Amino acid sequence: MIGRIARHEFRALFATPAAWVFLALGQFLLAWLFLALVEQYQARYQPLLVKLNASLGATDLVAMPFLADPRLLMLLLLAAALLAMRLIAEERRQQTLPLLLAAPVSSTEIVLGKYLGAVGFALLLVALWGGMLCGLLMGTELDLGRLLASLLGLLLLSASLFALALWVSALASQPAVAAVATFAGGLLLMLLQQGGEHGLIAYLSPLTHYERFLRGEVALADLAFFGVLIVGFLALAIRRLDALRVQA
Amino acid sequence: MTTDILLQARRLCRRYGNRTALDGLDLTVCRGEVVGLLGPNGAGKSTTLRLLSGTLPPHSGEVEVAGVDLFAAPRLAKRQLGYLPEVPPVYPEMTVEAYLRYCGELRGLRRAALRQAVAQALEWCSLNGVRRRIIGNLSKGYIQRVGIAQAVLHDPLVLILDEPTVGLDPLQIREIRQLIESLREGRGIVFSSHILPEIQALCDRVVILRDGRPVFSGPVAVPAEAGLQVQLRCRLAPDPAQLAAVAGVEALQVAADGSLQLVLADEAAATRVQQAVLAAGWGLREWVLPQTNLEQLFVSLVHGECVSEGAA
Repeated sequence: MIGRIARHEFRALFATPAAWVFLALGQFLLAWLFLALVEQYQARYQPLLVKLNASLGATDLVAMPFLADPRLLMLLLLAAALLAMRLIAEERRQQTLPLLLAAPVSSTEIVLGKYLGAVGFALLLVALWGGMLCGLLMGTELDLGRLLASLLGLLLLSASLFALALWVSALASQPAVAAVATFAGGLLLMLLQQGGEHGLIAYLSPLTHYERFLRGEVALADLAFFGVLIVGFLALAIRRLDALRVQA
Repeated sequence: MTTDILLQARRLCRRYGNRTALDGLDLTVCRGEVVGLLGPNGAGKSTTLRLLSGTLPPHSGEVEVAGVDLFAAPRLAKRQLGYLPEVPPVYPEMTVEAYLRYCGELRGLRRAALRQAVAQALEWCSLNGVRRRIIGNLSKGYIQRVGIAQAVLHDPLVLILDEPTVGLDPLQIREIRQLIESLREGRGIVFSSHILPEIQALCDRVVILRDGRPVFSGPVAVPAEAGLQVQLRCRLAPDPAQLAAVAGVEALQVAADGSLQLVLADEAAATRVQQAVLAAGWGLREWVLPQTNLEQLFVSLVHGECVSEGAA
């Protein structure tokens, strides 16, 4: 049942132009960023690296700056906001939620189904954006292990932002409110990184953990952090949906 | 008709904030029975149907669907429920067929059973001509039918329809009426409507709601103790004495505008009166049943009480 809902959700995303436009424009903007980084690398860093005989390469100076770029993170937030508009808020606005509520399906199944649909979109984003980085392989060598770790980090970061989006989407009955609240909430989570030089607040930011993945470290603690974040938001979404109906 | 109970609600209550939307509703629907829910706007019709379909939790009360407690075993109970909300829950960007397939999947239908259910629902609701059209491009009548198709798709024992004919043209209303008539066999159906003749034509029983409280519950065909009332108008002035002599005419009054008010014993008397009028060559112009029993009942229960309250 979860699979059916997930498939429907994923397809529904592409039934309207929003997702297509997002993917196309996002790809264009990120290609711009990527090419700028490549140019910078070729024109400025490469001669320097040769001169110094340094061990740094395209992975450090193109791929990682690309994945850590605030503009890429903004696009991720935009994707989360787009999903928040759709997932549940849209169903409430166009009054299709009773279809799910009256069906012999539990709130957990509805939330997980919708979430997996969103994760499908996250996979697509990571594949498209990561694919661009793999283009570097045509001209240079990459640290593939580190690249994979970074893409896993990107996937987990987007998955947790999308979990937030799903919860907010269940809270708000207006799609626009859901989008704004998700954008703000996601931005807040990212800003927590600047909340203190050390200590708890910065630790609570997903970006702190994302950066470890970018360094190529895949630690259980960071995986657990994202896991807790995702499960927490999903549990909130399930609770919220339960309040709207008789549990099935 | 077997008398097994398919839907039973006991003491259902629901509040929105301080406002009580529904207060102590009891409802029983048997197999093969169609129950109509009547009431002025805001009387709690939609709330009742949402509670019965399990899409809104009640503050107190119980609902049993085909003997299964809706709140204790909702998954089992909901398999036997088909629900059409006030606004048909359709995804405008999907095609009719894809939408119905998804609805079937949500109800746990797979493969051959799913294909068969979709084909049957398309057939029942005469949607075969538009099966590949995008729902958003269909007219309101078709969307309403898609909504009904969705509700009957999994062949549920209990159908809950919230104003199934709202916004349809007379021809479509008739089709929906025929559809409900054809579906009643073996099922229990509850539907709400503003349209009194529709309720009268379809329902075995009515429940009339007012301010969230059931004020009447009983069969539609109220025994006509007052007889059959008819208003008659002719081209030429008819002779009252001659008509009063027709067998079965219990009372006769000449109104100020020249029309006659008759009270007749039965349908046979009505036929005899018509024959008498034709034989006398008065030229029958109008034959009106001034108020249906249901309308009288509705007005007296809903409007009458309002007036008396206003006077108090």
